[in-house]
Amino acid sequence: MTFDQVLQYIFSGITVGSIYAFVAIGYNIIYNTTGIINFAQGEFVMLGGMIAYTFSGFMALLPSVIIAVLLTAAVGGVIENVFIRRMRRTSVLGMIVITVGLSILIREFSLYIWDEQIRALPFFTGSEISSVEIIGARISPQVLWVLAVTAVLTVALYIFLKFTLTGQAMRACSENPKAALLCGIRTDRMISLSFMVSAGIGALGGCVVSPLTQTHYAMGSDLAVKGFTVAILGGLGNPLSAVAAGLLLGLIESFSISVLPMAYKDVISILILLIILVAKPSGLFGSRAAAALKDY
Amino acid sequence: MLKNRMKQYTPVAILAAAILLIQLITLISGTGYLLTQLTMSAWYVLAAVGLCMVMGYAGQISMGQAGFFAIGGYTTAVLSTIDFTDRLSGGLPRLLDSMHMLITRETIYGDTMTYLTPWASLIAAILIAAAAALIVGIPVLKLKGHYLAMATMGFGIIINRVVLGTKAFGEADGITNVPPFKVLPFFEVSGDFNIRIGNYYFAWLIVIIAMVLLINLINSRSGRALKALHGSEEAADAMGVNTARTKVIIFMIGAVFAAAAGFFMTHYNGGIGPSESSVVKSVRYVSIVAVGGMANIWGTLMMGMVLNFLSLRGVFGHFDDAVFGIILVLIMMFMPDGFIRKAVFYDIRNFVNRKIIKRGDK
Repeated sequence: MTFDQVLQYIFSGITVGSIYAFVAIGYNIIYNTTGIINFAQGEFVMLGGMIAYTFSGFMALLPSVIIAVLLTAAVGGVIENVFIRRMRRTSVLGMIVITVGLSILIREFSLYIWDEQIRALPFFTGSEISSVEIIGARISPQVLWVLAVTAVLTVALYIFLKFTLTGQAMRACSENPKAALLCGIRTDRMISLSFMVSAGIGALGGCVVSPLTQTHYAMGSDLAVKGFTVAILGGLGNPLSAVAAGLLLGLIESFSISVLPMAYKDVISILILLIILVAKPSGLFGSRAAAALKDY
Repeated sequence: MLKNRMKQYTPVAILAAAILLIQLITLISGTGYLLTQLTMSAWYVLAAVGLCMVMGYAGQISMGQAGFFAIGGYTTAVLSTIDFTDRLSGGLPRLLDSMHMLITRETIYGDTMTYLTPWASLIAAILIAAAAALIVGIPVLKLKGHYLAMATMGFGIIINRVVLGTKAFGEADGITNVPPFKVLPFFEVSGDFNIRIGNYYFAWLIVIIAMVLLINLINSRSGRALKALHGSEEAADAMGVNTARTKVIIFMIGAVFAAAAGFFMTHYNGGIGPSESSVVKSVRYVSIVAVGGMANIWGTLMMGMVLNFLSLRGVFGHFDDAVFGIILVLIMMFMPDGFIRKAVFYDIRNFVNRKIIKRGDK
């Protein structure tokens, strides 16, 4: 492997890793406020790409991405209000079953609207053939877009959770919902908000990577498992370390293609999931003691 | 005691009567073609009741049941399509031949084909599925809730990807031309129209045997251990139930049921494709168990029969998968105990007792 190839693999790994990070951040935000793992998280990414594709047919790219993010956030809000809110008292098993059911519904609904074709948004700048040279490797400008959006999102999320009142209220809900309620935080609103934010983030990710990885109605369940792998790798409940874990998994996958057949790349990441779940469920960066206190 | 023993087999008798009745109805109404879908439903039901034991009785969610179904199907599809005709002089084929494990048959193209008897691949399918369930189950069943769901779903996806990416498994095309399974000298499991009725009865006979086995398991010491496990794992552990072992064993039983179902389905259809191992298929099994009332093998059987039959007949059209999604959502929201609950039967009986029998007394 030459140095150029290594760089090429690194960039493609970071691109795929970013999309996993987007899904994992979504998982974490919802998990933090509700303790639910939303199996429909991958579907938000698909919805984002698909909605933006439809709107980009008759308007500029930026507004169509914004519309896609807002609409998907609305879908997230509807899901929370119509389904999750009624289910507060259900068992974990019930929660899993209902979010799985919702993911199938969203997916089949999308199949009905957008059929089986693979779609792709146009490149944000340039086209498929334009490339930028960075230290000898030639990469698509879209990769830079992906990296920039991931970086901006990470910083924005950090600022939101750390310094804004709403962000602090959201973190309070994850620490202790009852205490948060006693402090006058409307926890049910925070839960709605967390579904909307994580749906929106998923949609944004879906838009940014769509030119590179394409959008297909059935892409959700794969993303759900891989995003979950990343969320666990980074330690569940920690949205920011999910970014690091996402990039790590992306790199592993990308380099595995150089050794193994392409079709097996999913097998690698799922094996990583199984190993980490069994060996260190608190994640690479999490503490075992803190994880033991959590209820899955 | 004996009376109780007999009572638990009443549903078996009802099932057998229903199977007979359905066949008679199709005979009289001239709709014998429906038996094909009913036979296929029987094989899917076998996989679903296996999952019902894991999910309903032991309380361990498994989203990888289709993976085990595919293990069973692909094992026999690979093993029984190896043609030994030109290699009969080799060491292994001669050994197999001397053990009467090779069958020679004329293909539809007029060539002769020598292949391994499906009895051998049935044993292989069951052993491989049980081994896979053991290897996956020991570490994974230590997990709970979301983690267990994701891990089992991951297992299903791994099987799906391996099947899709490996040449020996036919990649996206699957494996076709799987020979029939000759169970008895005069009967074989295959899609041949002339033996459709025989296949229908054979499939449901296997289901009935499976149900009798499960009834005995549920009402045994291990069955009570399972129920304790579902109620509270800690409490069961404290009462001396070896929870880890019980969970793995029940997971293996579920896997073997699914593998057997996959085995028979593959011989019945004459082939298997990668879609049998997809996540959507696994979700289907979960929704059948959920709508059947979770810890209710009879509910699972009934709903599995009805839903699979309707789905195979194409009643749901484009919304085939969506129907199962809707079922999951609606059941969890409005009837978390399932559509077929024991209470429904009690309600009906009470109603009958009050309204009809009392009126007779007057």
